[in-house]
Amino acid sequence: MIRACTVDELPPGESVRIPGSPAIAVFHTEDGELYAIDDTCTHQDASLADGWLEGCFVECPLHAAMFDLRTGVPTCLPAKEPVRTYSVVVDDGVVYVEGVAREDAA
Amino acid sequence: MRRIAVVGASLAGVRAAQELRAQGYDGGIVLIGSEAHLPYDRPPLSKGFLAGTASAASLELLDAGDLASLALDFRLGVSATALEPSDRRVRLSDGSSVHADGVVIATGGRARTLPGFEGAFVLRTLDDAVALRAALVPGVRVAIVGAGFIGAEVASTCRSLGLDVVVLEALAAPLAPVLGASLAAVCARLHRDHGTDLRCGVQVTGLSPAGVELADGSLVPADVVVTGVGMTPATDWLAGSGVPVGNGVHTDAGLVTPLPQVVAVGDVARYGGRRHEHWTNASEQAPVAVANLLAGRTARTYEPSGYVWSDQYGGRLQLAGHPRPDDTLSFVEGDPDSSSFVATFQRDGETVGVFALNNAKLFTRLRRQTLRRPAAV
Repeated sequence: MIRACTVDELPPGESVRIPGSPAIAVFHTEDGELYAIDDTCTHQDASLADGWLEGCFVECPLHAAMFDLRTGVPTCLPAKEPVRTYSVVVDDGVVYVEGVAREDAA
Repeated sequence: MRRIAVVGASLAGVRAAQELRAQGYDGGIVLIGSEAHLPYDRPPLSKGFLAGTASAASLELLDAGDLASLALDFRLGVSATALEPSDRRVRLSDGSSVHADGVVIATGGRARTLPGFEGAFVLRTLDDAVALRAALVPGVRVAIVGAGFIGAEVASTCRSLGLDVVVLEALAAPLAPVLGASLAAVCARLHRDHGTDLRCGVQVTGLSPAGVELADGSLVPADVVVTGVGMTPATDWLAGSGVPVGNGVHTDAGLVTPLPQVVAVGDVARYGGRRHEHWTNASEQAPVAVANLLAGRTARTYEPSGYVWSDQYGGRLQLAGHPRPDDTLSFVEGDPDSSSFVATFQRDGETVGVFALNNAKLFTRLRRQTLRRPAAV
């Protein structure tokens, strides 16, 4: 488990980037859901934590590829490969990401 | 329509082919490309590919799955030589021709060359990049004519390879007619901060074996000379077709030519009197042009986002909207001397553009919240 931040540090509509290899982006949607995916767009080097969050999708800040946070699958070009998704848990006001990619990532 | 010819196999042509399938067209698609390569993405040519960190395979726009699902009839390594609308035919340079009920013109353009610079390197195609990369061996001195995005990116890549670089720019500051004086100064600073010798207000006259000759009679010594001075739209083949051309293929606001079965996309499309030579433009135009082609009339119009980016010296420049150099520039975060900042262009009290250096997050937010969004596609 990787500690991401406190719940207070990640209000709805915000995202946070956890540096590392791979870097991971954690999103708090306006609906209150928490998602974590690989931070680097699979098309070209850009941080998805810097992207535009809309519903449960994030748009890459460089070329506007859009990824479904639930599955990691891009829904439009130019990205074609999915990003990995990770489980997020909240414990005692702290947001954690499971450090290993889910095997069932699409 | 039973068969559509897409003339031009770069991003705009590929996106058009994809949109044809996405919008339910199940007839034949002939994709005609003058290069022998399968369609590839150009932005890395001046950056990762030129630096040797990105492979040619990584540039491919279509993978095996795409190729299978799109079912394209490729004609690669041949260029279109004529469009004969009355016969619904596109003639090709190998003597063959394609019968098509609809045509998407996506021929882009050729790198513009300067008189006296025959033999200098240019950078538009994969083959251009392969040739230039082979010339960038340790110790060569590089001179680049033109400090636009391509010139700046090539300069940046050459510096990352440890080469001495001189950039020669005719304007008083790089990109000043687009960005205005203050941001042009930032672009100039990026060059200086990274050891590139940027010389502005310089008139070049020609190439000599020793380097680049200037109008004042001096010589800029160089082993490798690259010209990055824009492109010329590839419209020669449309002569006599009835499709109006002149600095591009003239279309209406929906990218439709006066012939309803002929549309244009990408760098070559001149809509409402303007063209945009950008990756995003090529990608965003395809859905609109294809919808109109399939409808047989201008059912939708194109609203450009004006989004452009450039990676230089490890930094990322992003611009959206349609600013003019005389708009009022306001720094939302940071200032022109910072390594990261975001600025907006204001005109008549309205935000008409956003520019960022190394701040994608705030840039994206401002772009989406303050600029009018392109029409829903």
